[in-house]
Amino acid sequence: MSETILEVNNLKKYFGVTNGVLKAVDNVSLSIQRGETFGLVGESGCGKSTLGRTIMRLYSATDGEVLFNGENVHQLKGGRLKQFNREMQMVFQDPYASLNPRMTVGDIIAEGIDIHRLYSGVKRRERVAELLHTVGLPEEHASRFPHEFSGGQRQRIGIARALAIKPQFIVADEPVSALDVSVQAQVINLFKRLQKENGLTYLFISHDLAMVKHIADRCGVMYLGALMEVAKASELYRKPLHPYTVALLSAIPIPDPEVERKRERVILEGDVPSPINPPPGCRFFARCPKAMPECQVNAPRLIAVETEHYVACHLYK
Amino acid sequence: MKNILEVKDLKVSFHTYAGEVQAVRGVSFELRKGEVLAIVGESGCGKSVTSQTIMRLIPSPPSIIKAGSIIFDETIDLVQLSLKEMESIRGSEIGMIFQDPMTSLNPTMTIGKQITEGLVKHQGLTQEKAQKQAIELLLLVGISRPETRIKQYPHEFSGGMRQRVMIAISLACRPKLLIADEPTTALDVTIQAQIIDLLKDLQDKIGSSIIIITHNLGVVADIAQRVAVMYAGKIVEQGTVDDIFYSAQHPYTWGLLHSILRLDDEEKSELVPIEGMPPDLLDPPLGCAFAARCPHALNICLKEDPQTQIIQDEHSMACWLMDKRVKVKIC
Repeated sequence: MSETILEVNNLKKYFGVTNGVLKAVDNVSLSIQRGETFGLVGESGCGKSTLGRTIMRLYSATDGEVLFNGENVHQLKGGRLKQFNREMQMVFQDPYASLNPRMTVGDIIAEGIDIHRLYSGVKRRERVAELLHTVGLPEEHASRFPHEFSGGQRQRIGIARALAIKPQFIVADEPVSALDVSVQAQVINLFKRLQKENGLTYLFISHDLAMVKHIADRCGVMYLGALMEVAKASELYRKPLHPYTVALLSAIPIPDPEVERKRERVILEGDVPSPINPPPGCRFFARCPKAMPECQVNAPRLIAVETEHYVACHLYK
Repeated sequence: MKNILEVKDLKVSFHTYAGEVQAVRGVSFELRKGEVLAIVGESGCGKSVTSQTIMRLIPSPPSIIKAGSIIFDETIDLVQLSLKEMESIRGSEIGMIFQDPMTSLNPTMTIGKQITEGLVKHQGLTQEKAQKQAIELLLLVGISRPETRIKQYPHEFSGGMRQRVMIAISLACRPKLLIADEPTTALDVTIQAQIIDLLKDLQDKIGSSIIIITHNLGVVADIAQRVAVMYAGKIVEQGTVDDIFYSAQHPYTWGLLHSILRLDDEEKSELVPIEGMPPDLLDPPLGCAFAARCPHALNICLKEDPQTQIIQDEHSMACWLMDKRVKVKIC
């Protein structure tokens, strides 16, 4: 029986900017089951990273709630907050900027252990060695500094750091986009193995749809701060409903010349509009090939069209 | 078919404090008129150094062209040209599109000025005439309201629009050869699709010969006619797109094709990564550079570098598995 580990209800995160309000995350609701991988995809600036960070409470929410194991994350204080910080960890995008160049790898990995006073002395050293081993690095590397490592190895260090305090939930924000393809595959396989071994739940944020399809059980598509479609990963790719999802999938070239020669593309006109003071109505209206007059006035709500297939579009009512 | 570009045994090194980095170690390829050639490979394989050497954009020192020739348009050896002579070719005969549209435009100049710069310098047009051409170029690359847009600065354009401006600049003097170094890597997929479409369209309309450098095999399948796969400063396999995608022969090409994900895969197959890392080009290995990561490596691979051999027509590769004396066939 699946059990909900994370529930996001009408979450909003606005940033005040000089010429208005930037609605980075606007009224997003979703739930994630224990042990699954939820993939979040979208183009740059769609708010997927902000959503991940607001869920982790790296940003405070403007409105709405994030329930982790039934507790409202944004109202936690003192010991409960510290406990929450242990249970949810993050792996960052840029393996070059997210490791402190002045700390040894051992100290980077053990920082969480030190903060939460889990181990010290020999025990701490053993735990660091064990973690390095888990992510496929030799334990002697604990005394080295980040600049001595390649991008793929650094990302492994970032993963070891996230695992150090035995979290239940990991937010992985574009964890492989800075890596070469052959190395991407190594890190993705590591993510999958760790999930199996430790029963982890992932929120996997990426702009690479093929990657998300491969790793995620369920998938959400974001556009300009709003969730457009949520479905099982396989279902979303087989039968995309939202016009934006259709266009997004169609834009990705398939590494197969035969397929490419035959394929007809839906090419979207124009760019993603600015999220500052967005107009009322559907966010995708200006670029949508199937836009109707209603779309300009009312923003569609995310509704279930089929079992476990949600879409926010006036075409489906 | 005439060759617009012939690169023969090109070797480029960099002198650093740590020693000599052999970034390009003997690269040979040709580009025919009107053809799109893709150079693929992972970071550090020398694909950008190769393209920048064709443009003679890498300052010397620290770089030196150690050997080889780059014959452009059948007569001119770009390696032998002085920097002054190169200036008359760069931008007028050969155009270049860079990876990062955010940093490759000058933020203090209007985009009109940046497009007309080459026209005034190379073709001696008056500012007025150049301006008119700039407007036509912007229309060609799909920018609406070009009359107002040419007076604007780069920060007023989005990433995809800036890349269109870059393409307009590189096309301004109708170059015979266009080099695009990762032209879509910094862009979102929907914008990438627009730019690739634009490049294909331009190739049809103007018949430009294009070298596209990329690590995205999807883009390669979409746009290229021929492909060169680079690894550790060498071309390990070369052929038509069909040769490379359907009958690849080099273990590194196999590895690349297996480690990418396809959106149209029905089931979730296990990803097969290439284990290990590329060699350090400060001290390249004696034998084949891929031998240390190659699941099919033989003893000879560690000792001697394989020669490039022709497999069929345009399909060639450098691997000991091709040698007649190798009995085992892996495919």
